[in-house]
Amino acid sequence: MNAGATGLPTVPEGGEPAIRSRDLTRRFGDFTAVDAVTFEVGVGEVFGFLGANGAGKTTAIRMLTGLLAPTSGEATVAGHDVSAEPEAVKRSIGYMSQRFSLYEDMTPRENIELYGGIYGLPSPVIRDRGARLLERLGLESAAGKRVGSLPLGWKQKLAFSVALLHEPGIVFLDEPTGGVDPITRRQFWEMIYETAADGTTVFVTTHYMDEAEYCDRLSIMVAGRIVALGTPTELRREHGAPSIEDVFVRLARQDASPPAAS
Amino acid sequence: MSDVTGALLGFVRKETRHILRDRQTLFVLLMLPLVQVLLFGFVIRTDVENVRVGFVVPASDAATGELIALFRGSDLFTPVGTWPTAAPLPDLFERGAIDQVVMFAPGFADDLGRGGARLFVVTDASDPNTGAAMRTYAESLIREYAGQGAADLTLVSRPGGGPGTLAGTSGIETRVRIRFDPALESRNLFVPGLIALVLTIVSALMTSIAITREKERGTMEVLLVSPLRPWQIIVGKVAPYLVLAFVNVLTALGAAWLAFGVPFRGSVTLLLLESLLFIIVSLALGVFISTRAESQRAAMLAAIAGLLLPSTLLSGMIFPIGSMPGWLRPFTNVVPATWFIEIARGIMLKGVGLAYLWQETLILTLMAVILTTASVRAFDARLS
Repeated sequence: MNAGATGLPTVPEGGEPAIRSRDLTRRFGDFTAVDAVTFEVGVGEVFGFLGANGAGKTTAIRMLTGLLAPTSGEATVAGHDVSAEPEAVKRSIGYMSQRFSLYEDMTPRENIELYGGIYGLPSPVIRDRGARLLERLGLESAAGKRVGSLPLGWKQKLAFSVALLHEPGIVFLDEPTGGVDPITRRQFWEMIYETAADGTTVFVTTHYMDEAEYCDRLSIMVAGRIVALGTPTELRREHGAPSIEDVFVRLARQDASPPAAS
Repeated sequence: MSDVTGALLGFVRKETRHILRDRQTLFVLLMLPLVQVLLFGFVIRTDVENVRVGFVVPASDAATGELIALFRGSDLFTPVGTWPTAAPLPDLFERGAIDQVVMFAPGFADDLGRGGARLFVVTDASDPNTGAAMRTYAESLIREYAGQGAADLTLVSRPGGGPGTLAGTSGIETRVRIRFDPALESRNLFVPGLIALVLTIVSALMTSIAITREKERGTMEVLLVSPLRPWQIIVGKVAPYLVLAFVNVLTALGAAWLAFGVPFRGSVTLLLLESLLFIIVSLALGVFISTRAESQRAAMLAAIAGLLLPSTLLSGMIFPIGSMPGWLRPFTNVVPATWFIEIARGIMLKGVGLAYLWQETLILTLMAVILTTASVRAFDARLS
């Protein structure tokens, strides 16, 4: 394990940021889903990616994960260009979607084996990391049960751990805590912090504004553009708002007017 | 073992687990060919037995007696009476007391000696399939008789049982020769069609559902973000179904052979290879459907309406393509099952090999190449 990053992680000077996006744009016909988005995410940072539904978040994530080619602009993820080397990008990231993404008719161990195999880990490594993972989650007793029989909270934690199995430099979490109770959400965020402390960059989208406050830095997307970017404290101060929720609602409402990116 | 094959094998194992753990579906899929073959074999046969046949004999003699004896000796026919004129027959047909009548022309024996003897066969064709079968039986028996007597016989066959028909003067001249299937077992004809049907269900329907299920559950997203290439995802999803479909072919053939003694006149190996080709075509169609359908339900409807119905109705499985209207026939060529059934019937019933079936095989191969390319492309296109 790496030495835990202390304080506020930032983009190391001269070092390569985990994610760098320059004027990243995606058009579908006449519609511009993502409009010249520019931002950087530092190594080991927990970066919140906020936006109302339809603001362009999903399209942006699809480009950053190598699923969708940008129309213009560029982005590098873990040092790989998303349009030139999408396969290299895919190998270096972990991904967990809003919908529960393990196979319910298979056991935790079988899911671990499957994803380990897909990411090209040798069997002994999969066995070793799998055992540690189950131990850490306290799931040893459930290792042989089908995932479908586990409570949702455990499933989410398991899915997160499986997404980290190949020890990616960056993990994308797309609304990872949807439909989970507050206590489990809390535990989930503890896992996110531990992961970031180990030096893994966490790129997370959420609709829960309390979670947004937990992020090191966050961006708010409105109508395909990033209209706010900074630490939660900075954003609150900048908009003279008591909470990120107020900032968000304020920004999302002026949807039609041209946004002023910071 | 490289990472690529390792990942692929793991993925195939996972898909196999899905199939093996869904016990109910697996049971249905495994039993499907067995049940289909037995059902079709026993129930939906168009063969007829105990055809109630009557004879109109203006002048009884050795020749007529010989032919009637031939009918009497056949298991298929039950002679119900002999009349000197056709007068009582319309009534018998209308009451459904009789299925078929063989009418000897006056002077039958003399004509037979000179060549050019004439017979009328009138068949109750209120059920066209049964009617056609009864007609063919009678004709084959008469031909057998003509063969024995080394005589030239003109057979005039008429469908229908109405009075006008019996009084009719102009008949349809038929010269039918029955080859390849002397027993006229319609179930022999059905088996290739059934195999096509089962393979379409297992290969196309089930794969399209299995792939759309991953879309619905959100696991497809994770797979797409993973280093697995689209072709690996497709191969991984499809491979276990290929095995399952092949098991189904063996089951269907085994059941048809054991339960009904359906013949295998040609090469079994060739038949299995051709089946494999058809499975690949069906799998490609399943993948293609899954690229378009967003839900399992949509995939199922698309597979049923777009594949199962044409495979059943337009492939010649039940309704002969030859009797379809001209404008419809080109469509039958687009249905892969048409070619597979043609091939399977050729191998099983005629005992012919690739020398005769290379065109059909080539068409199926082209379909396999085109559909596989198209479905992989379509799958790829989903991503960008």
